[in-house]
Amino acid sequence: MAREDRQVSTNNPARVAVTAAGVISPLGFGLPETLDSLRNARDCVTPVMRFSVTQCRCKTAGQVSDSRLLASHPQIPRSGRLHRVSHMMIQALQELMTQQPEFEPELTVVGTTSGGMSYGERYYRSLNGAGDLRHAPTWIANYPAQKPVIDAQTAFGISAPCQVIANACASGANAIGHAFECVRSGRYRRVLAGGYDALAEMVFVGFDSLQASTPEKCRPFDRHRSGMVLGEGAAVFGLENLDLARKRGAPVLAEIIGYGISTDNFHITQPEPSGIGARQAMERALESARISAADVDYVNAHGTATVFNDTTEGKAISALFNGVPVSSTKSMMGHSLGAAGAIEAAVCLLALQHQFLPANINFTTADDDVYLNIVANEARPAAVSIALSNSFGFGGTNASLIMRKLEA
Amino acid sequence: MRLAIAGMGWVTPLGTGVDSVWERLIQGEEAPATTIAEQFADRVYSVFRVPESALKGISHPRLRRASAISRFAAAAGLQALEFAGLKLESQNPERIAVIFAISNGGVTYTKRFYHEIVGTGAQAASPLLFPETVFNAPASHLAAILGVTGATYTLVGDGAVGLTAITMAEELMANDALDYCLVVGTEEIDWVLCDAYRRWRLLRMAPPIEPFSKQNLGMILSEGAGAIVFARKGFATIERAHPGGYFGRRAEAEKILKRILCDVGQTEIDFVISSANGTFVDQAESQALQEVVPNTLAYTGKPALGESVGAAGLWQIILAAQALHSKELPPVLYADQSVPLRLPLSRTPIPRARRAIVLSCGLNQQAAGLRMAIE
Repeated sequence: MAREDRQVSTNNPARVAVTAAGVISPLGFGLPETLDSLRNARDCVTPVMRFSVTQCRCKTAGQVSDSRLLASHPQIPRSGRLHRVSHMMIQALQELMTQQPEFEPELTVVGTTSGGMSYGERYYRSLNGAGDLRHAPTWIANYPAQKPVIDAQTAFGISAPCQVIANACASGANAIGHAFECVRSGRYRRVLAGGYDALAEMVFVGFDSLQASTPEKCRPFDRHRSGMVLGEGAAVFGLENLDLARKRGAPVLAEIIGYGISTDNFHITQPEPSGIGARQAMERALESARISAADVDYVNAHGTATVFNDTTEGKAISALFNGVPVSSTKSMMGHSLGAAGAIEAAVCLLALQHQFLPANINFTTADDDVYLNIVANEARPAAVSIALSNSFGFGGTNASLIMRKLEA
Repeated sequence: MRLAIAGMGWVTPLGTGVDSVWERLIQGEEAPATTIAEQFADRVYSVFRVPESALKGISHPRLRRASAISRFAAAAGLQALEFAGLKLESQNPERIAVIFAISNGGVTYTKRFYHEIVGTGAQAASPLLFPETVFNAPASHLAAILGVTGATYTLVGDGAVGLTAITMAEELMANDALDYCLVVGTEEIDWVLCDAYRRWRLLRMAPPIEPFSKQNLGMILSEGAGAIVFARKGFATIERAHPGGYFGRRAEAEKILKRILCDVGQTEIDFVISSANGTFVDQAESQALQEVVPNTLAYTGKPALGESVGAAGLWQIILAAQALHSKELPPVLYADQSVPLRLPLSRTPIPRARRAIVLSCGLNQQAAGLRMAIE
């Protein structure tokens, strides 16, 4: 059936299944390693060696090991030229395709903030007299933000058109949210969604210049929090019309039931202090899911550990929810920007599948201004049927996703 | 669902405002080329720039330190809203979505920010510049100026990203919760982009852009913005937006373009707005057009306006809407007359024109197309 001929319905929307997923982050390569790190509340933030951080306040980040990553796909033609973020996307998509080899998306929607930024940095440094420009065409060809998703699709023979959303730190959640709405409306049957970003000097220094990153441990929602640490990674999800997925006997890992987006217009880098933008995104997600706040069992917070973000997000969560368990898993792996919403959706998926609450590590003292039920320092078993994940970004863009455990 | 065009805004090196730019194109005028010098070498590039005077009257606290790309976008966006007769204070700010199409983004501030890091060290990095380097900074500024509180998306891609944004607008507008969708394509020039495209053998050092030439002499970069307000009623409609696709190698571009043309060209087409820009794109488009819609008029505005990459798709749609509305096509400048395509080499009346295809082939592997109609 041609795409435009399909019934688009807002009154009787399709249900949206997650039938496959893949993830790579500082927590591990793939869902099993990620689960292990989450269950053990592992701190995966390490010193940055990739570029000089001597003049930065912050010296650490959540990082993916190159020695393992770059050796993972020797079969891909000219894989040595690809940017490491392309390798991350290939790794995540490989995990997804292993679960669902027949998954053929009609559309791909992904989020990123900087694509192959470090190739742009190398090119500029070389132009500035610090290096050899012989490889410049390779750097330029692999720098664009859309290149990693094209590389990953090419590696697996997928030819779906790609929408690449760059909504700062909300990009990954926006991508999954928009993909969810595309399937829910009946316009598409199968959509590949996710996000990716790799550590880059310019971005690292940028957050440092804003004094948003910390020289200490990342302590989301703690009274003594002092900022974020950056991270990197990729995550992808196969979204399908639930009825069609069941008809073809596909395993259903979870159901996406709601998505909310808002723009708060307060400041390009700071959230609106009352938390109205964050609250609107969560309210719209609840409305989209047709559930009440009381139905939510776990909130995976944006929780960057900056003073401003955690205060406003904390206010918004406590105004809407009554004591729901909350954690920011960025405390374990850092903030992977455009990938964060996608990686944290994978965290929610694992929480739903394995019935536990992921931890908010490095938490020592509750903030008097933030009344939240923090899952402090250790993961714990819990009945989790519905999870909400927040992602907020520069430019006042806010996104919330809601996922539900689907009983067999 | 069909998207209807309710308003358009245009900021180009040839002028500002839809009617003004169109009139100059119809007269066969082209944007004046200026030069831009490389910072670390003696090389000088020809480019088509938007004069500072074009942005007079665009002021807002959010634009005080904003990059050129944000100011182009704001100017075009506000024009499009005025064209559509939309006063945002009277609209529910949740019921308007904003989608930006961008390719290289705020490259001037990005380069300046990184230059300070390279030259002086991380301690010299400017916290004022950094936020402007983020891809969605222009969208954030325009959303703040307009007071939009609903969906705001920035899409990144190559020259085809503008058409990808239209597909996304269609998807968003399928939801009854939205009344309007403002789509903006915007781009700014910097010498570093000229150097990058030169190294990629896609740039010509001086005008003209010679479309459909077999020699692929290259393109000249341009800047500016195009904005379109989509609604459920308007003077022209997007009948079919193909979601596009990508090609692995340049030689494969023709195949995806044919597929797109076959999909959107299933009815009588009066003309095609091509993205021919003097590069490999031209041969791919020429072959696809000859095979799928032979004898259909094909126009490209790039010799007159330059290659504006992220803004180019929106510019093409504006060209198609204007041609359908005014029933004539401007002349294609500097065209190779031996090319087996039907090109309007002079101002060409098209009195019965009802439908057009907009075809876009980007320089970084993406392609898209759509069909537009006028009642």
